Order: sequence, then C-alpha cells, then structure tokens
Amino acid sequence: MYKYNDFDAAFIAKRNAQFRAQVERRVDGSLTEDEFKPLRLMNGLYLQLHAYMLRVAIPYGTLDSAKMRQLAMIADRWDKGYGHFTTRQNIQYNWPELRDVPDMLDALGEVEMHAIQTSGNTIRNVTADHFAGAAADEIEDPRPVAELLRQWSTDHPEFQFLPRKFKIAITGSPNDRAVTKAHDIGLRMVRNDAGEPGFEVIVGGGLGRTPMVGKVLRDFLPKADLLAYCEAIVSVYNLLGRRDNKYKARIKITVHENGLEKIRELVDARFEQIRPVFTGYDQELLAQIEQSFAAPDFKVASTDGYEATRLANPAFRSWSDTNLTAHKADGYAIVSISIKKHGATPGDATSEQMRVMADLAAQYGHDELRISHEQNVILPHVHKSDLPAIYAALRAADLVTANIGLISDIIACPGMDYCALATARSIPVAQEIATRFDELKLEHDIGQLKIKISGCINACGHHHVGHIGILGLDRAGVENYQITLGGDHTETAAVGERAGPGFSADEIVPAIERLVSGYLELRTDETETFIEAYRRLGMAPFKAVLYPEAKADAA
Amino acid sequence: MSRPFKPAVVTANALLEGDAIWLTSQDTWTRDMAEAELITDQTRADAQLALAAAQVNDVVGVYLAEAAASDAGPTPTHFRETFRTRGPSNYEHGKQVNL
Repeated sequence: MYKYNDFDAAFIAKRNAQFRAQVERRVDGSLTEDEFKPLRLMNGLYLQLHAYMLRVAIPYGTLDSAKMRQLAMIADRWDKGYGHFTTRQNIQYNWPELRDVPDMLDALGEVEMHAIQTSGNTIRNVTADHFAGAAADEIEDPRPVAELLRQWSTDHPEFQFLPRKFKIAITGSPNDRAVTKAHDIGLRMVRNDAGEPGFEVIVGGGLGRTPMVGKVLRDFLPKADLLAYCEAIVSVYNLLGRRDNKYKARIKITVHENGLEKIRELVDARFEQIRPVFTGYDQELLAQIEQSFAAPDFKVASTDGYEATRLANPAFRSWSDTNLTAHKADGYAIVSISIKKHGATPGDATSEQMRVMADLAAQYGHDELRISHEQNVILPHVHKSDLPAIYAALRAADLVTANIGLISDIIACPGMDYCALATARSIPVAQEIATRFDELKLEHDIGQLKIKISGCINACGHHHVGHIGILGLDRAGVENYQITLGGDHTETAAVGERAGPGFSADEIVPAIERLVSGYLELRTDETETFIEAYRRLGMAPFKAVLYPEAKADAA
Repeated sequence: MSRPFKPAVVTANALLEGDAIWLTSQDTWTRDMAEAELITDQTRADAQLALAAAQVNDVVGVYLAEAAASDAGPTPTHFRETFRTRGPSNYEHGKQVNL
C-alpha cells in the first residue's frame, strides 16, 4: 500500500485547513452559497435531498484495516453508523452536518485519505480492477500506475476546470473488471510482440444520457509514456471539449463530434510537444511507488482443512463456490464479501461490519481490502486454510451471502432515496428483486446475471452495461422503469438495447421475473448464461415474455 | 395569457443540517411541511421567494414546490416532494423518525 510522504501529508493538511476556514466563512455569512458551492464540491461535499453527502475517495479501491476502521469510526461519530460504497470505488456518508465536515476530513487525513476531486469538473478518483495484485489472469498490478495518475491528477493546475468531469479506469488483466470501455480514459494492460507490458489506451467511453463504448486511441503504449500521453489527451480535451452545453461536454462527445482520427492527430502532436518535459522524474517516482505495492509474503500451508470443510459444510461449499476467485499464488483465493444480503441496500455496510472486515484483513488477509465497482468488499489475499475461520466470522456479522455475480448481486445507485438529481428510486427496486428471487430459491439455477439499476439518466448505476439494465424515470409525476437488455461491462463492452415501454414501480419486479423465467425456458441448458442466450436469440423472444399483452393483441 | 398559478410552498434546505425546510406565513422556516404557507398567487410567490432567497446565511437552494391543500395543511403533489417530507425508504432515517 502506498504511504503518504511529507509532501502528501502537508498538502492534505493544508487543503483541510483551507476548507475549515471556508466552512467558517460560509456559516458566519462571509461567503454566499454561490461562492461556497464550488469550494465544497472540490472537497467532495454535496447537498442532497435530505442532508449533505460527503463522498470520500478510495484510490483504486484499495484500503487497509486502519483505513477501514477509520471509515467505521467516522460513520459512528458523524453519520448514522453506516457508509455507502459506490460504483466508483468511493464511500459516501449520507448524513453529515456542515460544521462537522472539516473534522471528518481531518479524521480521513489521519489515515491518508481525502475527498478531494470526488466532485467538480476535474479528474476524479482513478478506479482499478478490484482484484489488482491478486488475480491469476493479471499481467501486472495496475495500482502503481493508478497511484502515479492520482498524484499527477490531484490539484493538477491545468486540469481543475475541465469542460466536464473526467474519469480514468485501469486494469492489469486482459479480462476487464474495471469497465475501462465506459470511462473517459480506459487503460487496459496488454503485451506487445516483444512481450513487454504496456497499455491499450481507450478514450471516449461513458454512460449517462449518451452512452458510448470507448474507442482504442493506441493499441500499445509503452508504460514509460503513460503519464505524458494521458496529459496530452486531457490537454487536448481541455481546449477542444465543449463548454457551451453541459450535456455535450464530456470527452465522449468531443471524440464523437471530431472523429477519432482528428483526436489522435491532436493528441499525438501534443504528446510529442510535452513528452520532453517528462524528463524521467515520473519514472523514478513510479519505481518508488512500485516498491510500496510489492506482493505480500505469501505463506505455504496445507489446504486439507479447507477441502474437508467444503465436504462437511454445504453452506460453506456454496459460499466458496460463489464468492471465491482464482488467485495468482498457490493455495490462495480472492474472497468477495457480498454486502448485498437479500433485501439489504446494495453497497451499504454498517460500522460494525466494516470493523469485522478490517479485523479479518488484518488477521488473515495481509492487511488488504478492496472495494469493487460492483459495490462489494474484497479480501484479495487469503490462504485457503484460513477460509473456514473467515467464513465463521463473516457469518457472525451477517456477511456470508453467497450471491456474487448472481441475480441479487445488483448494482444500484442511491436514487431518489438520497440523490437530488434522481428521477426515481433505485434501492427499493433492488431490494425487491433480490428478496423475490431469494424466495423463489432460483438464483443459483439462474446463474451469472448482472442487473444494474440507475435512478436517472446519468447512469451511476451502470444500467447501460447490465445484462438487464433498469432505468428509473419520472413519467408524468409517477416513477417508471425502463428495461434494457444485452449490456456488457467487460472487455467485450456493449450498451444494452431498450426492450420497450417502461413499467410502473408495482410492475417492474414481476416484469423481471417474467424475463428471467423466459430465459430459463429459452436457454439451451444450464451452461448457457442469460447474456449468452440473449446474444444467440436477440431481443424478440425476451420482448415477447416481457410484453405478453402485446403478443396477445397481435394474435 | 400566462398559465394559471398552481398552489405551491416555498422550500429549501437548511444551511447547517442540510435537511428540507418550508417557509411559513410568518416568514419563518419549519421542518414540517404541513406548517408551511400554501401560496395561491404569483405575486405572493414572487415576494416570498425573494424573501427566502435573501436569507443566504440560513438556507440553500430556495424553490417553489407545487402543493395541495388538506385539512392538515399543505401536502406534496409530486413523489420527490413527498420523499423530502419523510426521508429515504430503505431506513427509518430523516424526518420520518419524528412522524
């Protein structure tokens, strides 16, 4: 894990002191809201429907036990005893009071965390594969590069007032778990013909009201050129991106309107211009950062106890079948802890659960935790011999839901239960779908299926790339839910296709149930997943089960 | 001819706590929408909006929200405003705690 140096610590302390003074001046009336709003947003503080909301960055989704315990402490002391993990690997506190926020930021600073650039038209928290440094399929751990990008982008003087927000995601694996094709810049590690690692650079992806799959700007960029090349991209966007219309300001529109070729020419020209300025200090810094991400000292031990527990305990076997992923080290596994118990709010963890997960990371997990964009918590390095003990501790904390990748492992944005931008609620829809399929006891039979729910067109809930996407809208003063099908968030990214007219809040769960029952009828056998069946059959048969009345009318 | 005025309340968020508040006929703020003034004409609406917006040290984001009369006082006509009177649906948090 990266440790702050004196510069980092001094910078955070100074920013926090500035914000404390800004809050005081707002409260005493020296600053108007118009003056204060951009200042609070630069520090991650939003005003939502019922309260302020503080969005805290978890850089590339990586935490240690001390950070997680501090997040729990903050939840208890200044919020309502829980936090909400988001699709951008942030944590949001939904109930802070304005006067407390400077103390919350200082508490974050104590564990080398902050809320800087979690809002505003800046480069946001750099997100990464949540299995980084652990995945069996990984070329290299992408987090040193992510940390380099964090340092470069934080308070970058040229990029504090971009045309619009700017999101970068990075993966070190060919299997993309970081949704790189739906980011302003996506970086996917690949090898060239000589076997050297570098990056496929993807640009202009994004969801929101105009969803676009990112386009490849460079097939292979040597690692050493990464920072200069990213700076060239953002620099070109900063000048070329539209500032006349907020809905056309993201780089996806800049790329779309100007064409990839023109963007490539401009970026290459800018890159040649600024490359000499990067005299190698960035590479020295990267080498230092890489040392702090050295792989842990993996232990060698027998896994007999793990295998025996699997045979003896069917619940443990089910959990380990669903919630474990292959690790690069022998005898190890990656544990995904579902914080989506059926009926619970996707992404929410209580302070007590945070402390349990922190304790497990400290005791069994080489002190590492990750937050996934799918709103779960990961113990990336666990020896299989420790899994029975971890399972027992998670069970006691109500954290053993065996649903990773299944229909109840739903991404949902906060929606109109919290968000001032939302047009409908998301959370109750997620809760009801998960509860319903748990009652039906069908989810393991249904298999891999990604449902993603957004409460407005901005698509924080990634509905466009859900196998089943649900978009909540306000139709004539009533909540209405549109279904999209066939989205894909991986390296084969695709934007889902709208199935037809939307459904009311009462109709949406039965509609999903019809859709899934239809899939079970349509699939060749249990090895054909929902998305595979959709790709084979197309929209028509799914539409027929979603809208049976239309079929009856036509008959 | 301008559109007919629809009854409404003046609402905002409190600066310190951030929660929803409504303007009363006494020009004070309440945390209970039922105690708000139901405004029925544009002239009064403009005056009360201006009064509210001038209170920059106490409130944030002043706007006019459509409302309906009831025996208990003004009630919301849109679901977003209903949520603002009670809080989120996933936890017993916010104003519903005191209902």
